[in-house]
Amino acid sequence: MVRVMAEDVFKALADPTRRRILDELAERNGQTLFEICARLVTKHGLSLSRQAISQHLAVLESAGLVVARRQGRYKFHDLNTGPLEHIVTRWLTPEAPESSP
Amino acid sequence: MKIYITSVFVDDQEKALRFYTDVLGFVKKHDIPMGEARWLTLVSPDAPDGTELLLEPSGHPAVQPYKTALVQDGIPAASFAVDDVRAEYDRLRKLGAEFTQEPLEMGGATTAVLDDTCGNLIQIVHTGTE
Repeated sequence: MVRVMAEDVFKALADPTRRRILDELAERNGQTLFEICARLVTKHGLSLSRQAISQHLAVLESAGLVVARRQGRYKFHDLNTGPLEHIVTRWLTPEAPESSP
Repeated sequence: MKIYITSVFVDDQEKALRFYTDVLGFVKKHDIPMGEARWLTLVSPDAPDGTELLLEPSGHPAVQPYKTALVQDGIPAASFAVDDVRAEYDRLRKLGAEFTQEPLEMGGATTAVLDDTCGNLIQIVHTGTE
């Protein structure tokens, strides 16, 4: 289970656009899809369709790095750093499960 | 050719009239009974002969799913120019307006997005070049 989650996290982080999305959410949590798109286009000059960005968000969500939160009629996206701590402790702490032989 | 009118679909024309005048600060230009609804337009107090905003009834069955999908993704139905986005944000917040995007500077423009209480999101923008 942990191994599968780690796979998803590495895959999600392998894409530069998805890393940009995480950068922007780190700057301000709780963004709508509209705000994320606006930031990627105006700050980073990425010419991506809203649909493409939506798909990137779905990958980040399935890796647990982004959590979509419904609030009334709105949908906000929050950064979740939990999965990152998992993959980092793998090499930093000797007692982590995946580092044992 | 020039743009003389643009519209937003509002759930309740009377409620929308109050929000767009009392809160946002537009003034009523035309109010003509049209069957069950009204031909209801607004203008900016700075430009009484400028582009009108039509508060259009949301009665058509396609309108609600369209509005719901846009609001969920945070996409504004209209965009209005202001002199100072941060000042307007503070003023509108005090009047009870709900924002889905706090003021954000990007590429020389500042924007924010708020709920019009009638099923739409509205963007306020200052482009810096004005």
